[in-house]
Amino acid sequence: MVEVNLHGRQPQTVISLRHVEELHEWSYRQTQQTVTIGSAVPYSVMETGKIAELVPALAQAARTVGSPQIRAAGTLGGNLGTCSPAGDSLPVLSALNAVIHLIGPQGTRDVAWGEFMLGVKKNALGSGEFVHSITVPVIQGWQGYAKVGTRNAMVIATASACLVRDTEEGLISIALGSVGPTIIRCSQAEKWLRKTNSLRAGAQINADLAVEFGRRVSDEATPIDDHRSTAAYRRHCVAILAQRLLVRSLA
Amino acid sequence: MSAQELGNEIYTLRVNGQSHPVQDAWIGESLLYVLRERLGLPGAKGACEQGECGSCTVVMDSQAVCSCLVMAAAAVDTEILTVEGLGENGSLTDIQQAFLAAGGVQCGFCTPGFIVAVHHLLDSNPEPSEDQIRESLSGNICRCTGYGRILEAVKIVISKRDAS
Repeated sequence: MVEVNLHGRQPQTVISLRHVEELHEWSYRQTQQTVTIGSAVPYSVMETGKIAELVPALAQAARTVGSPQIRAAGTLGGNLGTCSPAGDSLPVLSALNAVIHLIGPQGTRDVAWGEFMLGVKKNALGSGEFVHSITVPVIQGWQGYAKVGTRNAMVIATASACLVRDTEEGLISIALGSVGPTIIRCSQAEKWLRKTNSLRAGAQINADLAVEFGRRVSDEATPIDDHRSTAAYRRHCVAILAQRLLVRSLA
Repeated sequence: MSAQELGNEIYTLRVNGQSHPVQDAWIGESLLYVLRERLGLPGAKGACEQGECGSCTVVMDSQAVCSCLVMAAAAVDTEILTVEGLGENGSLTDIQQAFLAAGGVQCGFCTPGFIVAVHHLLDSNPEPSEDQIRESLSGNICRCTGYGRILEAVKIVISKRDAS
């Protein structure tokens, strides 16, 4: 609607999905330990309750979206359709290796997160396709999301990060928002941490290691100067965010 | 482009308990535009038109939303409540009276959005904490009052409703 209101976009056909019930539903598959969320489920539903228990990082990200009015209307489908690097939910979907379920004239297909976002506001959606739902795993271990902006409410991320610590697999994954043309998954820093430290339950991480992890994460960011912030500040932000999230994951 | 090329259709909106046919509207019009310009309900205000200011807040199916971000044609079959639908027979609600009493209205442009947001807050949570009040009004911007008097107005309503 912002594009219509402010940028003169004139859609000639509108398809309302309000009454397509399956897009507004979400489910927890206990046997597979996955949560599948319809593309039209609003952020207000993810902020609290069962989804927040199962996927806490997603709830934290949902809680930072705009205002209550925006969270009552905004959805994962919207974040994925727009595919802005500042989309608040997207680092969470990246760090959790989400699978995006698409539906279109040719039928349905599943796209791994890593193949979905192609660039700034570019995604793998084909002509006539739309996002049906998103599946994320329920992880044993800590997960969290953090965002830097100019104020608490109603703010687009200057930089954001999601860290997931899978204690069963002994893996840590971290993804960054607003510091590159796509969400950035810091696979080099992840690999370094895996080699350096056992990440299984009970592992200790000292302060020096957390600082070095932050430095390596920020090396993988490709931020730019723009009207919201500078590349240098964004690089600094993601180092601190990564460091804090790693420490929190072991607290 | 002709009207037909722009995809005009007739549809009906439910606003403040009444059905309103919307005719000759371009299909991409926002709910805010349709309420104000086609249905004669100018209570919701248009300012930022990108969901940042909250002055266009209405309640749609028990959720407070920015009407500038809702496509009107997609609001068919929902129940919409605007500031015009709050008072009985043109009288002020206790929330509106409290805003006046506390000095929560100065230029007044943000006021309808705040009134609807407070109405929605107290409907869903009659005893909100200070933090919950601030959180629920975080999507409404006021450039005059500094918010203190608006928060005061909400507290007046809560204590008066408690007492009655």
